Amino acid sequence: MAQVFKPAANTIAKLAVFGGAFFLALAVWSLNEFNRSQYMTRTKVAREQPVPFSHKHHNAELGIDCRYCHTSVETSAFAGIPPTQTCMNCHSQIWKDSPMLEPVRASFASNRSLEWVRVHDLPDFVYFNHSIHIHKGIGCVSCHGRVDQMNLTWQQSPLQMEWCLNCHRNPAAAVRPREEVFNMAWKAENQEELGARLVKAYNIESRDDCSVCHR
Amino acid sequence: MDKHSAPGPQEPNAMIGPGHSFNSVTDKISSIVLREGAPRGWWIGFGIGFVLTNMMLVSLIYLFARGTGIWGVNIPVGWGFAIINFVWWIGIGHAGTLISAILLLLRQEWRTSINRFAEAMTLFAVACAGIFPVIHTGRPWLAYWLFPYPNTMGLWPNFRSPLIWDVFAVSTYASVSLLFWYVGLIPDMATLRDRTVKIIPKRIYGVLSLGWRGSVRHWHRYETAYLLLAGLSTPLVVSVHTIVSFDFAVSITPGWHATIFPPYFVAGAVFAGFAMVLTIAIPLRRVYELQDFVTAQHLDYMARVMLATGLIVGYGYLTEAFMAWYSANPYETFMMSNRMTGPYAPVYWLLITCNILSIQALWFEKVRATPIGLFIVAMFVNVGMWLERFIIVATSLHRDFLPSSWAMYAGTVWDWSLFIGTLGFFVSLLFLFIRFLPMISIFEMKTMVPEAEVREDLL
Repeated sequence: MAQVFKPAANTIAKLAVFGGAFFLALAVWSLNEFNRSQYMTRTKVAREQPVPFSHKHHNAELGIDCRYCHTSVETSAFAGIPPTQTCMNCHSQIWKDSPMLEPVRASFASNRSLEWVRVHDLPDFVYFNHSIHIHKGIGCVSCHGRVDQMNLTWQQSPLQMEWCLNCHRNPAAAVRPREEVFNMAWKAENQEELGARLVKAYNIESRDDCSVCHR
Repeated sequence: MDKHSAPGPQEPNAMIGPGHSFNSVTDKISSIVLREGAPRGWWIGFGIGFVLTNMMLVSLIYLFARGTGIWGVNIPVGWGFAIINFVWWIGIGHAGTLISAILLLLRQEWRTSINRFAEAMTLFAVACAGIFPVIHTGRPWLAYWLFPYPNTMGLWPNFRSPLIWDVFAVSTYASVSLLFWYVGLIPDMATLRDRTVKIIPKRIYGVLSLGWRGSVRHWHRYETAYLLLAGLSTPLVVSVHTIVSFDFAVSITPGWHATIFPPYFVAGAVFAGFAMVLTIAIPLRRVYELQDFVTAQHLDYMARVMLATGLIVGYGYLTEAFMAWYSANPYETFMMSNRMTGPYAPVYWLLITCNILSIQALWFEKVRATPIGLFIVAMFVNVGMWLERFIIVATSLHRDFLPSSWAMYAGTVWDWSLFIGTLGFFVSLLFLFIRFLPMISIFEMKTMVPEAEVREDLL
């Protein structure tokens, strides 16, 4: 009786077994990497805006405080996007003829808001509150990165749930003195010691059960 | 031991018909697979299964499109057909594992001719069962959330929930059963490889038999592996349905929160499983003329196991009723009286008729020796075990602690079409198995023929 298989079949069979295991591991690993990749999270991608607003220029170079525009960050869930009137406080005097600012003037004249492109978009079923984070000593920079160094704004953090939980499970790693919350350049000398102390001082009872954010 | 020292290969062996040799066993079993074309009965059976499988697919697609609102579930009965069918199917599988693992370790020779298709039945029942917990989540495309994997949510599943224990119990059960079944098939697939003349089936069976040549070394390793797998499967016979029962028992709902649940569920599973094995074995042995291999003795033994486990289940029903009274808990007492006299009372008494009364016929040797009688009893048990799960799910929920929310529960057309569809899926898989794989273990059957007997007087 003729042989059913050639001798190479042995090698192919062994390769198939080990290759199968290898491919499975590879698939799991690549899916993991893919889900956390920049492509999925869209971090560090500067968004095109109707007006090329530069945080670097306004904050770092001119020294305007975050709260001049994001007025409700200390008191409400939403930090607030400034109305065109806030821009016009200065830009009715400075650069008032700049072609780059034409949409701002048009918005002011027509009383229609500028349509900024949202950079930080949390899923709709997550309730995030800025004010509590500010009051418990979490700096802007902890989540938003060095916005004062960005010309066009990008998203610094992945905003995935594991990223939220990393901090919620160990807030001491990120907490800073309240007076340094809006200081983009501040760095602790000894975060471990300071964090532990501030968690006590600010009475931080960081929660990580579902209904804290999914209400 | 007497049996072995007694000389004479012609000694009557009840586990195999007279006059069989190594050759005739192989011929008989492999010819079912290797014959040209399938008999008309096969096409009819598979055709019915295929049509119903398509009904299952339609029901699933409609479910994915519209959501679980197409089912009858609502508050207060949030668990309906999906859970009932899951428990029913997973229970059926248990007989296969019991036959293949525990009876092997106990050296019960009568398992030999029924273990292969009982294991196949286990696999197919688990395949049907597995559909339900996945789709009852409502968003089945996220079912992989049930597994602990390094996700971007930074979360593990809730390890304190019996539902996650279920995931592990059932997936372990499915994989071990598949492995056990496949390992058992290897020498037989080599036989088919050697017997078939066409090149493509030869190649397929050749790949599946993993280069089996039947050398002594092969057999030595094979027997060890098979025993180890039997050892692995043995705890699964009790663990899987114990954990399924935890889905109920860990809650605080009257009628579910009972310590009797694990043993009562396991006995019920083996009971239902043997009923299903009989339901399959009786027509099969008749159509394929396998009375020599699946003998009257086999049917008798299976009927006895069914009777014994059925009595344990009956004891479970009694204990439930007794504890409801003895606990003096008004909610437990109400649940039990509602179960026995409330709106679902006809279903409850039908279940008692099917599961407890009908099996009393098995005390009579005459019934155990009549295949058609056994078949009827097995069908009663199949129905009864489904009704049991319906009663457990529906009567505990439909009148809960809050009378203002009381309601009645019934399956909708889609509930039924999906359930009957899975029956068709099961039947289709079974028919495919019968057509393409040896439904009785050839090499194990050979150990039953007189030629295989060890003649110690000649050693």
